[in-house]
Amino acid sequence: MASSSHANPHAHAGDHAHDHHGAPAGLAKYLTTTNHKDIGTMYLWFSLVMFFAGGAMALLIRAELFQPGLQVVQPEVFNSLTTVHAIVMIFGAVMPAFVGFANWLIPLQIGAADMAFPRMNNWSFWLMIPAAILLFASFFVPGGAAGSGWTLYPPLVIQGGISTDMTIFALHILGASSIMGSINIITTILNLRAPGMTLMRMPMFTWTWLITAYLMIAVMPVLAGAITMLLTDRHFGTSFFNAAGGGDPTMFMHIFWFFGHPEVYILILPAFGIMSQIIPTFARKPLFGYASMVYATASIALLSFIVWGHHMFTVGMPSAGQLFFMYATMLIAVPTGVKIFNWIATMWRGSMTFETPMLFAVGFVFLFTLGGFSGLVLAIVPVDITLHNTYYVVAHFHYVLFPGAIYAIMGGTYFWLPKWTGKMYNETLGKWHFWITTIAFNITFFPQHFLGLAGMPRRIPDYALQFAEWNMISTIGAFILGFSQLLFVYNIVMTIRSGKKAEDKPWEGADSLEWTHLPTPVPYHTFETPPVIKPLAHQH
Amino acid sequence: MANAHTDGYYFAPPSKWPVVGSLALLFMGSGAVFSVNFIQPVGYSLLAIGFAILLYMLFGWFGNVINESESGLYNKQVDASYRWSMGWFIFSEVMFFAAFFGALYYARVYSVPWLGDVDNSLLWAGYEAQWPSNGPYLSGNPEYNFGTMSAMGIPALNTFLLLASGVTVTWAHHALRAGQRTQLIVGLAMTVALGFIFLGFQVYEYIHAYSDLNLKLTSGVFGSTFFMLTGFHGFHVTLGAIMLTVILFRCMKGHFKPDQHFGFEAVAWYWHFVDVVWLGLFLVVYVFV
Amino acid sequence: MKARSMKNNINQIEANSAECSCLPHNVAQPTAFGGPAPLVSLAAFAGLLSTPAFAGYEVNIAPPATSIAAQIYDLHLGILTVCAVIFVIVFSAMFYSIFKFRKSKGAKPDVNFHESTLIEIIWTTIPFIILIAMAIPATKTILDMKDTSSPDLTIKVTAYQWGWNYEYSLDGFNFYSNLSTSWDQIGQPGQARTEQPKGDYLLEVDNPMVVPVGKRIKLLVTSNDVIHGWYVPQLGVNQYGIPGFIKDVWFKADRTGSFKGQCSQICGKLHGYMPITVDVKSEADYAAWAKSSKMKWSKEGIEAAAAATTAAASTPQAFPAKFLFDSGKVALPGDADKLVVSVVDYLKANADAKIDISGFTDKTGNTIKNAELAKDRAKAIREALKAGGIAEARINMKKPETIIGSSNDEDARRVEITLAVAQATPAK
Ligand code: HEA
Ligand code: HEA
Ligand code: CUA
Ligand SMILES: [Cu+2]
Repeated sequence: MASSSHANPHAHAGDHAHDHHGAPAGLAKYLTTTNHKDIGTMYLWFSLVMFFAGGAMALLIRAELFQPGLQVVQPEVFNSLTTVHAIVMIFGAVMPAFVGFANWLIPLQIGAADMAFPRMNNWSFWLMIPAAILLFASFFVPGGAAGSGWTLYPPLVIQGGISTDMTIFALHILGASSIMGSINIITTILNLRAPGMTLMRMPMFTWTWLITAYLMIAVMPVLAGAITMLLTDRHFGTSFFNAAGGGDPTMFMHIFWFFGHPEVYILILPAFGIMSQIIPTFARKPLFGYASMVYATASIALLSFIVWGHHMFTVGMPSAGQLFFMYATMLIAVPTGVKIFNWIATMWRGSMTFETPMLFAVGFVFLFTLGGFSGLVLAIVPVDITLHNTYYVVAHFHYVLFPGAIYAIMGGTYFWLPKWTGKMYNETLGKWHFWITTIAFNITFFPQHFLGLAGMPRRIPDYALQFAEWNMISTIGAFILGFSQLLFVYNIVMTIRSGKKAEDKPWEGADSLEWTHLPTPVPYHTFETPPVIKPLAHQH
Repeated sequence: MANAHTDGYYFAPPSKWPVVGSLALLFMGSGAVFSVNFIQPVGYSLLAIGFAILLYMLFGWFGNVINESESGLYNKQVDASYRWSMGWFIFSEVMFFAAFFGALYYARVYSVPWLGDVDNSLLWAGYEAQWPSNGPYLSGNPEYNFGTMSAMGIPALNTFLLLASGVTVTWAHHALRAGQRTQLIVGLAMTVALGFIFLGFQVYEYIHAYSDLNLKLTSGVFGSTFFMLTGFHGFHVTLGAIMLTVILFRCMKGHFKPDQHFGFEAVAWYWHFVDVVWLGLFLVVYVFV
Repeated sequence: MKARSMKNNINQIEANSAECSCLPHNVAQPTAFGGPAPLVSLAAFAGLLSTPAFAGYEVNIAPPATSIAAQIYDLHLGILTVCAVIFVIVFSAMFYSIFKFRKSKGAKPDVNFHESTLIEIIWTTIPFIILIAMAIPATKTILDMKDTSSPDLTIKVTAYQWGWNYEYSLDGFNFYSNLSTSWDQIGQPGQARTEQPKGDYLLEVDNPMVVPVGKRIKLLVTSNDVIHGWYVPQLGVNQYGIPGFIKDVWFKADRTGSFKGQCSQICGKLHGYMPITVDVKSEADYAAWAKSSKMKWSKEGIEAAAAATTAAASTPQAFPAKFLFDSGKVALPGDADKLVVSVVDYLKANADAKIDISGFTDKTGNTIKNAELAKDRAKAIREALKAGGIAEARINMKKPETIIGSSNDEDARRVEITLAVAQATPAK
């Protein structure tokens, strides 16, 4: 105690020194920064770039699928586009975006001065650069980028060329980055909360991230193990996934999906958190059923470990297995439903306004639920037999991923932009962005349900004639959707450049610390001495 | 510094080490890609450069941390952060091993028996599934026949060594708490020694497996799981032993206080974890083959 | 044994795509963007006008042809309805509050309405009950799907890149089933199509699987290389073919007809081009088909046919004719002429014989360059033959499934001429 109390002046001296004098400027600042706000910002920009890169690939995919026949790319290039599109969107766009939010918001929401491990925090970000380089470079090596689909099933992936190894090592590095990031986040939440900020007083966003980080630490290493075995099967003559040697390709699927299903909840739980911040704010009413929201999130996370088999109903597993995985999967509808209902109950008897963040929130609740239902349809084993690996699945996961994850990211960006930049974004432009995106999204992906039901397989560059109409419509929607995202970028850039000043609490109903305890824009250092938290009105 | 919960946050100054580390991984990653595809010497060169940069980073980074810690910049809260994070890190390692144990379980309980059952006799006529197995394709061919390590030989000895090292490191820890430096250093030195002896035996065992037992990484799924599990574990023992060595040198330089020495404890935790994993290995890989 | 049968398969698919020797070369170009640029996608838009008229807008599962498929159809409809009802209820609540409780309408927030254990319990249990209601019929169907007792006919389905082999074990014959759509309809990126897609574009095969109606058909599904999926929605079957394992499924078609499907698991370059057709025939028709197929494809049948051809004209030692090139050279080796002449003579003697020309290369040097080299050498040989008066139509430039490799580099730098396989060769 004694030692540390006289240590702190040092600490602060040191820190102010670097703040005001001799602080590296420009890019150098970002290379060496240990500030959670800088790092959060870097994560968010990185994610935006990746979103456009992955989206550009999606547009190439859609262009090829505009009509029957091969017009745009060779079949194997199409497979590469599909594969890298998925990896970039999941590991490059969505996950980093949520880590960016975590960096910016968690310390502010729990009254901490920064993340627990500022240097490791910066490393987690900068690790993504070599990974991205490996991934994109793989397009330009002989044979082209990996074309096995993002699920990397052997033996197909064993046939793959050097690009497959680049993808594998890229994923190893991304895994390391995610694990470090998650450890940092968990430690921050568990150990750096301000006095009085009990777990059950934490804002929902922080809660969902606590659980997400746990999921990541649990499953990222499993993915690393799986792809390591792919590597040794490819190059060192092991036979984990080779029947001739006593292994089994199905073994890979089990290990991969043990990671893969929790992964998809890693992509959605932080989104749930963001929704639970936005909806109460614009309903001007505390979140309904806070405790049940926490328990629901936790049960979703726990259930996610025992449902992976629903991706493998057609491998020929015993009925007992199919039944178990079907029941477990269906069960997830219950806690997820609880969250949906709580959000709607939060709106109930509220006093709502519909600024852009709220529009994205409402769009989220509506369209995510739609995606959830199609998921439930897929969970029914016999139905999945006809729908597995058709466009119905593609429609399902884009409904949960775009109006799910991406809407949360965009809504959250509009929501916190004033706090981050001190400037207000252009509301009309934001509303336009929401409506065009929502309409275009449905034009793109709703018809894919029909394609799937009619039996169109996924991951094909060319298709039979009865699929032509819906594909053409889907492609047209996709291009509108894609280019309408430029509005988002434009709005952000203009806000930073020339947005009008935002007041400290631009949102009347906001009640978490970053709004109630801090000026706008937030200073470079916050809560150097932690605030003391009293229970909020609704928490007794 | 009024309240009891936290007595001030330590603001780490800007640091170049993270980007240096990322650069190292860029080199190592691409080096690995070239190497596994036998594109040499570029592969090894990149790997070497990568490792060099990584070592530079590790020395610099840990150097910073050690200096900060020794100059008393860390308080109770920082200490607690390190404890939490080390715990979660070990959990992630557990899950990493879980993938490989899972593979062994799946091969033994599902894939090998399936390959031997009636349905698959169409493809693998005459293959009798029994563990250990190198699979239906090789098992027909006597030149691929292999023997398995007997648990009671080196493996048992290694088990004893690791357990002993667990004791000595705990002894050293008590000594540190009691402020008896010599006992601390002796105990730690013994631990390091035991660790490296274990590795020596492991290497010998591998040579034995390859030359005498014809048990290779390529010996079907048994060879794969055997070498993947023991090898990955051996890699962790190596890391642990190196970290223990670093700690040993720090102790010799008089680092750590009886009441504040998480660096030491972290490595001790890690060592115990490696120890426990070995016990699991010893059972499923050696005893119950 | 695996490797060999796989080789046959490759010959097989190449033989079938013989009329479009364009494919194997162009499609296999090992470049990241084989020709196309985003520009071309705009061209694709322009192409909209040239699109032929298509079938209607399908919105539901195709009419089932087996009892399982029928159950699936009903299950889907039932669950869809339940979900739709829940959806309407839930979101009428949401939109009601959106319109009723807005600030602009002077709604005051009821900040105390934020917790109710009772409500939470209700909306936890009701969905739970609904789910149980859904699970019961699903469970029943699952158990039906699995019963594999006493089949009337067992067919071994072996997938390979990129086609199917159907083995009628009892009748002792097996045959390959490959895409029969012409590659002129499929076209090439950046090039205008010479022929418009029509009919069962990409769903038509050369040799469909044929089964009798109303009989229990058991499929033993496996694969030769990577994972594929034998997927025929109307029969209610979707089963991965996993190399090294046999997975069985069954179906019983309750009406005759031709049912289409496709490979349902990504399996590489031509995953989109390995369709499935199952012709369900009356027992009489099936019997007739089985009889003729036996002639055509059973060991005995093949041998008979083979005997006939050898009688017609004996294959000269020349085949396979091997031309060994000097490292890095495209020019024909000195001793080539003799060989060329003998091949030309043979082809003149056998007017209906066709040949495949394949170029190989050694490992040393740049793989892409080598591939190009191999191709050019093959072309050089073709020119020599054409000069000898052989019609190009009889020469098929065939890309071997692995162009690299051989015991020694000298031998690896070769161009091979083999007789094109006229029709299906048995797997073993
Ligand atoms: C954010 C990502 C995300 C999320 C949240 C989900 C959520 C769910 N998913 Fe999804 N899924 C994916 C991403 C996601 N999925 C991806 C990427 C794939 C494809 C992977 C690949 O192959 O490439 C996939 C594939 C996939 C499959 C495999 C399909 C196949 O390959 O054949 C299945 C099958 O069961 C499935 C089911 C579900 C279910 C039951 C949910 C549930 O969590 C949904 C629960 C929500 C609701 C049900 C709606 C709200 C609930 C109520 C309003 C309560 C009342 C409702 C009832 C009583 C019914 N998903
Ligand atoms: C978060 C995840 C995420 C997101 C956001 C998206 C977004 C989109 N996806 Fe993606 N998708 C996946 C995850 C995602 N996808 C996954 C996991 C798969 C499975 C892969 C597999 O099978 O292995 C998949 C597969 C997939 C397919 C099936 C491919 C196949 O089976 O062969 C299709 C086809 O339509 C598709 C389309 C789209 C489209 C049109 C978008 C649109 O929302 C994108 C909108 C476009 C943009 C936002 C970009 C804007 C670009 C411009 C404006 C052009 C200018 C360019 C620059 C400035 C660089 N996706
Ligand atoms: Cu075969 Cu896809
Ligand atoms: Cu899932």
